[in-house]
Amino acid sequence: MNDSLDRVLVIVPAWNEQANVGNTVREIRERSAGLDIVVVDDGSTDDTARVARDAGATVIPLPINLGVGGAMRAGFTYAQRHGYDAAIQVDADGQHDPAEIRHVLDGLEHADISIGARFADKGAYEVRGPRRWAMLFLAGVMTNVAGTRLTDVTSGFRAANHKAIEQYVRYYPAEYLGDTVDSLVAAVHAGLTVTQVPVAMRPRAHGNPSQNPMGATVYLLRSVFALGLALMRPRKTTRGTTT
Amino acid sequence: MIVTFGIALAVILLTIVISMLLRRKLREKYAILWIVIGVAVLILGLFPQLLEWLTGALGVQVPSNLLFSLAIVLLLGVSLHLSWEISQAEDEIRRVAEETAILNAEVDRLSRRIDQLTPSSRDEPDLPTNPE
Repeated sequence: MNDSLDRVLVIVPAWNEQANVGNTVREIRERSAGLDIVVVDDGSTDDTARVARDAGATVIPLPINLGVGGAMRAGFTYAQRHGYDAAIQVDADGQHDPAEIRHVLDGLEHADISIGARFADKGAYEVRGPRRWAMLFLAGVMTNVAGTRLTDVTSGFRAANHKAIEQYVRYYPAEYLGDTVDSLVAAVHAGLTVTQVPVAMRPRAHGNPSQNPMGATVYLLRSVFALGLALMRPRKTTRGTTT
Repeated sequence: MIVTFGIALAVILLTIVISMLLRRKLREKYAILWIVIGVAVLILGLFPQLLEWLTGALGVQVPSNLLFSLAIVLLLGVSLHLSWEISQAEDEIRRVAEETAILNAEVDRLSRRIDQLTPSSRDEPDLPTNPE
């Protein structure tokens, strides 16, 4: 474990994940003892909050569904108020392997934001068709923007040091795809550095993944739109404003 | 006949807006726009030749075309403004929701600590720490 990071907060955004969130929290506690875990219950209508609390996590219960972006901003705000040195996002559905948390955090040694990338020659995660084109396109453009090779910018498995947490609290978009792509562009524009760490991704434990051909095409269009907007925004305004 | 209708419409609009203002059902910043629209319709109703003069001055063929175009542009502007306002309001709601949730987690944490500190007070009914 990175020695310079004394206090790390694991943020788990969860929306109706009662079947998965308990195992995810327990696994994080097993694999990374000493890390504080906060589950942001994104207005769930099921027992997500209770299951997470029973598993030993602190629960931030959002009164309404705000989407991943809103949940993460709440988590980052919590991390900032409690003076954490770093925060890492781990999805509740079990796709992010808690055994990889350490690797992703190690990326913070030489960057402000560390992304756990799914295609960097590790693991069997695969996508095809429009969704793949979208990801390749985003990766290409973001590699240019960030000035470092990035292959998977839509990965939610990412860590932030305290500088990045402060940037995120100032500006963390809530729109679909904005939470990954736009937030990254804004962070780079604010002068933060990004790196990526190869991780293996696991299939969802319970429930259906949100992928189908129609959705993938919409995903492609929306990602181009979101990225275009993020890049056109003047650098100054990404600091103070919120979405 | 149509002129009377226009005047009546303007008067009704102004009455509704002012009564909503008096009952604090409408904020001043939105009301001003509607008052301006109401007064404009009233003036056009009282002096219809104004519209005809404007039609000729702008090179529009029929007065009704000018009226319709103006109305469309106006309504476009109003709905765009409302979209902007609602985006603003939504963002404020999101911030408040995040803030409430963090405070909720905090209250939860503190009440657990209080429970640990005073085991004797366990018989008192617990306050609901997490209304869901």
